[in-house]
Amino acid sequence: MNDPAAGPAGPVGPADPTAPARPTGPAAPAAPAGGAGTLTYVYAVAEPSPALDGVLAALTGVAGRPVTLLVPPDPGPGPGPGPVAFVVSDVDRPDWTEEALKVHFEDLDWLGDTARAHHRVIEALAARTTVLPLRLATLYEDRDRALQALRAQRADFAERLARLRAHTEYGVKVYVRPAGATAPAAAPGPASGLSPGKAYLRARRAQHHAHEDHYRQAREAGERIAAVARRCGAAHARHPVQRGPLAAPGPGEAGENVLNDAFLVPDEVADAFRAAVQEVAGALPGVRVELTGPWAPYSFAAGPTPPPPVP
Amino acid sequence: MTGPLDRRFGTGPAMAGYPPSSSASLADILERVLDKGIVIAGDIRINLLDIELLTIKLRILIASVDKAKEMGIDWWEHDPSLSSRHAGEELGAARDDGALAAENERLRAELAQLRRERLTDGAAAEPLSEPEERPARTRPSQRRSRP
Repeated sequence: MNDPAAGPAGPVGPADPTAPARPTGPAAPAAPAGGAGTLTYVYAVAEPSPALDGVLAALTGVAGRPVTLLVPPDPGPGPGPGPVAFVVSDVDRPDWTEEALKVHFEDLDWLGDTARAHHRVIEALAARTTVLPLRLATLYEDRDRALQALRAQRADFAERLARLRAHTEYGVKVYVRPAGATAPAAAPGPASGLSPGKAYLRARRAQHHAHEDHYRQAREAGERIAAVARRCGAAHARHPVQRGPLAAPGPGEAGENVLNDAFLVPDEVADAFRAAVQEVAGALPGVRVELTGPWAPYSFAAGPTPPPPVP
Repeated sequence: MTGPLDRRFGTGPAMAGYPPSSSASLADILERVLDKGIVIAGDIRINLLDIELLTIKLRILIASVDKAKEMGIDWWEHDPSLSSRHAGEELGAARDDGALAAENERLRAELAQLRRERLTDGAAAEPLSEPEERPARTRPSQRRSRP
């Protein structure tokens, strides 16, 4: 929508007049390089490679837009950092201005679709190469402006990419199973020889003990998983536990989320890491452990250098 | 690239037992694309306060409700799309929790207006079709008119 009252979206300078001719990346044949009707949406930073072209051609980005690689025309002088590129889509300006985004972000359907589209692009890239995921809705006035930003941060991006190479993020969530799920039946048969009152109290006590035991098992699971991660040389990031309506567990998955961690695992030990986590889960019936991933390194893209793997 | 990298994200049996993250829960995806990942300065800026509000709001959707209540943020209690408890009676009594509540207020007012218009339009056709769905503002007068 064209709202005349809506001001310009921030202090935007004119396109850099010294900018060289538009890059003609192999994956961006004659794509409109920005313009009055579009903005440039950036998903991620990646090293340009021929392997990515096929991946990108098959992808649909946010708002159903095609996804292309934005490669700086000058690869940089000498033996500096390797080449880096933005992965971008041209999106319709009216939907992505500051004002429009404010409204869209209130709309969980729009936000969910957009987040999934953003994630889909990053996930497809991560399957082929090392990728630095950017946060949702990173937008530039046009491709020239995006290229300026890319050039300015090239060394930093290249360094981060090098750190994350051959690592993959996995999520591990621990849930405490409700005590009733494994406690003995609350109403024992007459064969037990107890009065109904005593039987009830005994069952309640058993349930209480089971409840405490499940929490103890959850702590145990957390410690064992941390030990597995140390053995694998995996970096660790802690996320807040999930409890909201969006994170409500599905049927048969009851339980309270008490741990929501991400680990950056070296690829050569990824299988061992996953197997070890499953083993921890199997040994502790009072908890449910959910392993998610592989993820692009969302939780570690901005973080400190992962520790070297321990042999 | 070939080898484990391809297999990691492949659709083959290698992934059995691990849900591919394309089918990951929306909570997990939002957590990552909104709260993780690199932030670089773009040309379009949602102002800082909005970003903070958004992050807090989404955090509530995917994180701890108790924590949010401790922080005095309970906008979802008044949001009809998120709470079945909300019946519309609190329309005029919603607490002012800042810009967020004000905005919710405004949206609810618009919604009520739309409902009123729809009700007026459809009143002749089906006068008593949805008594529970009537806008809140008509209720007090109805109650008062009763003996």
